[in-house]
Amino acid sequence: MLDGDSFDLRKYIARNPQSVAVWVALLVLIVFGLLRYDNFGSAYNISSFLNYNAMFIIISVGMCFVILTGGIDLSVGSVAAFTSIIAAYLSPYGIEIALPCAVAAGIVFGAFNAFCVTHLNIPPFIATLATMIGAKGGALVISGAQTIAVDWGSNFTQLGMEKAFDLVPWSIVIVAVVVVGLWIVLEQTTLGRTVLAVGGGEEASVMMGLKVDHARFFAYALSGGCAGLAGVFLASGFGAGQPLEGVGWELSAIAAVVVGGTLLTGGLGSIPATIAGALLLGLVFNILNFENGKGTISFSAYWQMVIRGAFLFLVILFQVRVMKLRQQRASL
Amino acid sequence: MEHVAKRVMLPKFNLSRHGGLIALAVILAFNVIVTPNFFQAQTLAVNISQVATIAIVAMGMTLVIATGGIDLSVGAVMALSGALAPLIFLSEFGTAYPALGIAAALIIPIMLAMVCGLFNGYIVAFLGVQPIIATLILFISGRGIAQVLTNGNLQTFSNPYFSYLGTGKILGLPFQGWLALVIAVILTWVVTRTSFGRYVLATGGNERAAYLAGGPVRKVKIGVYVICSALAGLAGLIVVAINSASDAARNGNLMELDAIAAAVVGGALLQGGRAPIFGAILGAVIIQLVKYTLLANGVEDEYALIAKALIILAAVYLQQGRRGKNA
Amino acid sequence: MMLLSMAGIEKHFGGVPALARASLDIEPGEVHALIGQNGAGKSTLIKILTGVYSRDAGNISFDGASSHFRSPGEAQAGGIATIYQELNLVPLRSVTENVILGFEPKRMGWLIDWQAAHQRTREILARFQINIDVTEQLGNYSTAIQQLVAIARAVSLNAKLVIMDEPTSSLDSSEIEILFGVVRELKASGVSVLYVSHFLDELYQICDRVTVMRDGCTVATDVIEQTSKLDLIADMLGRDVEDVKAEGMTEFGGAAAKQGDLLLEAKDISTGPRLKRLNISLHRGEIVGLGGLLGAGRTEAARALFGVDRIVDGKLGLESGEWKPTSPANAIASGIGFLSEDRKVEGIIPDMSVRENLTLALLPRLSRYGQIDRAREKEIVEDFIKRLGIKTAGMEQPIRELSGGNQQKVLLARWLATDPEILILDEPTRGVDVGAKREIQLIIRDFVDRGLGVILISSEFEELVEGAGRIIVLHEGETVTELVNPGITENALVHALAHDHRGAA
Repeated sequence: MLDGDSFDLRKYIARNPQSVAVWVALLVLIVFGLLRYDNFGSAYNISSFLNYNAMFIIISVGMCFVILTGGIDLSVGSVAAFTSIIAAYLSPYGIEIALPCAVAAGIVFGAFNAFCVTHLNIPPFIATLATMIGAKGGALVISGAQTIAVDWGSNFTQLGMEKAFDLVPWSIVIVAVVVVGLWIVLEQTTLGRTVLAVGGGEEASVMMGLKVDHARFFAYALSGGCAGLAGVFLASGFGAGQPLEGVGWELSAIAAVVVGGTLLTGGLGSIPATIAGALLLGLVFNILNFENGKGTISFSAYWQMVIRGAFLFLVILFQVRVMKLRQQRASL
Repeated sequence: MEHVAKRVMLPKFNLSRHGGLIALAVILAFNVIVTPNFFQAQTLAVNISQVATIAIVAMGMTLVIATGGIDLSVGAVMALSGALAPLIFLSEFGTAYPALGIAAALIIPIMLAMVCGLFNGYIVAFLGVQPIIATLILFISGRGIAQVLTNGNLQTFSNPYFSYLGTGKILGLPFQGWLALVIAVILTWVVTRTSFGRYVLATGGNERAAYLAGGPVRKVKIGVYVICSALAGLAGLIVVAINSASDAARNGNLMELDAIAAAVVGGALLQGGRAPIFGAILGAVIIQLVKYTLLANGVEDEYALIAKALIILAAVYLQQGRRGKNA
Repeated sequence: MMLLSMAGIEKHFGGVPALARASLDIEPGEVHALIGQNGAGKSTLIKILTGVYSRDAGNISFDGASSHFRSPGEAQAGGIATIYQELNLVPLRSVTENVILGFEPKRMGWLIDWQAAHQRTREILARFQINIDVTEQLGNYSTAIQQLVAIARAVSLNAKLVIMDEPTSSLDSSEIEILFGVVRELKASGVSVLYVSHFLDELYQICDRVTVMRDGCTVATDVIEQTSKLDLIADMLGRDVEDVKAEGMTEFGGAAAKQGDLLLEAKDISTGPRLKRLNISLHRGEIVGLGGLLGAGRTEAARALFGVDRIVDGKLGLESGEWKPTSPANAIASGIGFLSEDRKVEGIIPDMSVRENLTLALLPRLSRYGQIDRAREKEIVEDFIKRLGIKTAGMEQPIRELSGGNQQKVLLARWLATDPEILILDEPTRGVDVGAKREIQLIIRDFVDRGLGVILISSEFEELVEGAGRIIVLHEGETVTELVNPGITENALVHALAHDHRGAA
């Protein structure tokens, strides 16, 4: 899309059939929501929806980079929990200290993952599984297994409330800047293209003389950094560092990435589609809440889980279908 | 083409193959010296009853991993079968015909679990979806279904026959320990002596080659997911039996991680091609013993997590080292 | 002074020597041919030069300095561009990325200038007279285009030495002419080219000197104009010129069109765009060769007959009547075996033992109620290890520890054990040493003489010419002609393969 040619929808669809599903589904849900619920399109709903989903978007984008290299990062939820505590401890010094430190802590975890994967040759699934367990232990250790309240006196908790230019919450501004920055990195830099090439064929990339290990190191460190940032949002949004949070986040992020059409084997995928995937999964929740609010049907929290899983299944079925149709067309 | 190396097998000591046993020996020795009251029947029974469920699930996970797959849904399946069992034997039918009720409460939940496995296997084998995503679906919704079934309530009961599954003893040792042992023997036979087992290893070792040699690759994949889910279902029943209560929110929570960890520490390769069934038990025992050792010596639970992470990394690092040399 | 000088290069893989006393000298502005049988060590030598492998011994000097390239990236930066035999490209990414990745035009210092990148890619490809949408995924183009893209990338790097490992394997004659034009341009501008090819005729068209390798050693370096083709072949095989003339180059021998019972007949079979019209018949005790360039549809033909690719059109009959394979398992049950081309990817199960690998296709017949009859299994395996002379420490040795030739014998035994009527062999002797190659050819001939029908795919002309009773020639997925032995010569085959283009040039 950013590759210099003017955007051509038909070309995009032909080249990204696996991403079509997410855009269609997202559009359908939004239209459905707008037609059915009065306040669905209200500034409040949009703002709070984005504010809540900011951390999932950021984690999904980091995850996307890792998956594009053909890897996986299971540690993001635990790392976010860990860094939420770091951020909470540092909150008295203000956001300008707490945020960079928490992100740095996340990068350290990511770098550890990268080291295990690139230097010790441990499969990404296992390396990041261990980090997931270890970071959770670490979070419990440094917090004494307690939630750590943030300092309400500092500007830390204003992150999700105070609005930039009286328009959008700062958290959303930060996410937007980071995400656009990463999008540019992926589409427009050698490093980003190397990430894609590595996932598309590691051996071929080595033979082409590309810096394969740099790209993989970057992806894991980035994912850790994104998890670190998500931890800051977590602490600021909930007013406390949460050692027990983050369970299952990695799977939500993986789901968002895959629903967005990124191949789990790497080499093909996009940042906007990943964000669409994260928004889509979040929107299912949002709509279920509205439906409950309407009082027509009362979905318990349990039904919400069932429906979320069923929805994931539908999107995957749709993707399988689209890919099959495309293969048939290609072989004609 | 010249990669293919001829190498004479040396009967040498193999750290990756025996590392697990050595680790076990070290932990045991440490406990004998340091931990008070370690050599007591009570300690043994506690550890066995706790390790049995992980071991049972880990054996199924080992089979799935042997085909190059992974099953994230085991915890959810445990919750599902665990939620269903009390519903059956506490129902009108179950109270009217207690014996039939117990039988149904054992069979139906496991059958339901197998349906879950069929679902996973179908998505993996026929739709070609990556296992981690395919099993994510039930991971998310399975527990939800269990909670819908029970309205999210804790179901308590007192039924000595059903509870035997989790509290019974044979020769002074917990029933579920013996059960895990029997399952291990059967699965070892399946892996080493049957054509199904051979195809499982072949599928994981080189799926393409297995298919071209006439292997029923799809059926084999569905088979391992069904077996894995059935064992998870059984484990779910055991957990409920131990507690005399079914809590769909907690039963099997994070079990997928423990099972994967146990399988990997026991020598399973994520790429597939290896199915060390007793290794899975060994892995489960090591992880359990480390946790117990730390707890018994006053180390807090959270450090046990860090220890677990290090054990997993060490185990896999040693395995990779061995493979690297042969490459 | 030489541009490149490699001397006394040695390399072992897990104790097995792949290279011993290999050497290579290339002058500036020279097109230098490197030839040898499969397994002679050409690819290994190249990979040592480009830093893919490290050498165990020997010296390399390049461009006046002793060189230690530790990675393909370093070699590339040092002035060596390489087109590897296994197309090392990323099919999921665009043509542009595959050409310019690592050397992207930039704007504002670090952003890729895609407009310029596409433009430069188009210009580079224009040299090869390719005009395609460079923003499209590379994988959507034909093998020939992909091969040319790989060559274009290497040529565009402004290297001092360009290595081409089998660059023409999937090109037709007009594309080869374009390639030769580029090679001559490179030479004229002072760039050296190391040219590896099985097609000896090509070498006489563009090369200055030739180095011959055999069994990991460099055995001869000559000016090509002063060397005959027969000399080169004799050097490659390590035999006297007169012997080669008299005996032929393979152990297949005795090929003639025999007419036993009809085992298989295929009429106008198609599976898709890569196999559009296959016509082939096979009789008992006969070897039928499948000839064609890479991408001509030979492997696709094998896959169709074996039930891997679904047959969408045409008629297929076995001895027992009309039949359509539904899966490999189904084909095996109908008496067909298929030794596939890529031993590593489609053949061996590396961590399994020789025994388990050997009986894999036989399992349905070896087991009762799902349980494997271990005694019978061992008996069969022992028998085949003896009959085929498989060198192994024992049947429990993991197959990955065997040499290529012995792995191939185990896979051959996998199929022979099922007692097939029809055996499809796709490159049965690729990547095995000369000795094992001859043994494998003897085994095949032996079974054929006893009634087995074989469909043989081979890129080695002598195997087809000397082994096959008839050769079916495929071109772009269609059966175009059939040659009948005796009377097939390499020359006739080459002409037929090029579909009357190549060879004539």
